Amino acid sequence: MIEWFAWAQMGIAAVATLLCLAFFTMRKGPNDYTLGAVVLIELLLVVQAVIAIVAPFVGNKPTGDGLEFALYLICALVIPIIAVFWALSDRTKWSTLILAVTCFSIGIMVFRMLQIWTVQVV
Amino acid sequence: MSEVSGDSPATRGSGFGRVLVLIYAILALAATARSVYQIIKSFDDAPVAYLLSAVAGVVYIVAAIALAKSGERARKVAFAAIVFELIGVLVVGTLSLTMSDLFPHDTVWSGFGRGYGFVPLILPILGLWWLARERKSQRTTEAVSS
Repeated sequence: MIEWFAWAQMGIAAVATLLCLAFFTMRKGPNDYTLGAVVLIELLLVVQAVIAIVAPFVGNKPTGDGLEFALYLICALVIPIIAVFWALSDRTKWSTLILAVTCFSIGIMVFRMLQIWTVQVV
Repeated sequence: MSEVSGDSPATRGSGFGRVLVLIYAILALAATARSVYQIIKSFDDAPVAYLLSAVAGVVYIVAAIALAKSGERARKVAFAAIVFELIGVLVVGTLSLTMSDLFPHDTVWSGFGRGYGFVPLILPILGLWWLARERKSQRTTEAVSS
């Protein structure tokens, strides 16, 4: 895991959350901006997955448990896909809130992944 | 293509309930994945806590699906699953703080769901409120139509 990339991911997730919340307060259904933000977050997760697979081979090994990290990553990859389908099946402002919750949870999960990779208190 | 679906508008179709379904789905995924990890990794350390986490994860899945579906049966299943969770998080939450030797290893419900931003504590309350509200609106609809 590359630390700055993870922080960039969290930053973008935070901005995306606020963007979706802003559209939600304007009572807008999912649009190109909010859906695009979620797609961007998903793409960054795919990049993160590639980094996580390559990193150990170039000497950047997780200090924590690789299996736990992988489970977080897989869950994170699945959530935006479910959320976009769920949001598009009912295009009301509530779907925009769904997208906000999605971006927020991905931010939290990336934070946990970074912890597992770098910080071990045990 | 017709826009009209067979779903009752008070459940699947409407508003905040859909957000609730997504949060339940995320929690279901997180709790289940975590318990699978714990069971693979160190089942012998705390079999009771880990099995409990697995059960909690499965009940979250049931709640998410039942909330997403319309109809009286799904409503009952969702209600039972959510009550189970509320009791679980209250009992385990209290025990993990007062008799911490009973729960040396964290579960989803330890410390009232502290590890998950207290979502496991707040979610069942929101869920029950939503089910009650939905039932009320359904009754109103029935009263109007009959």
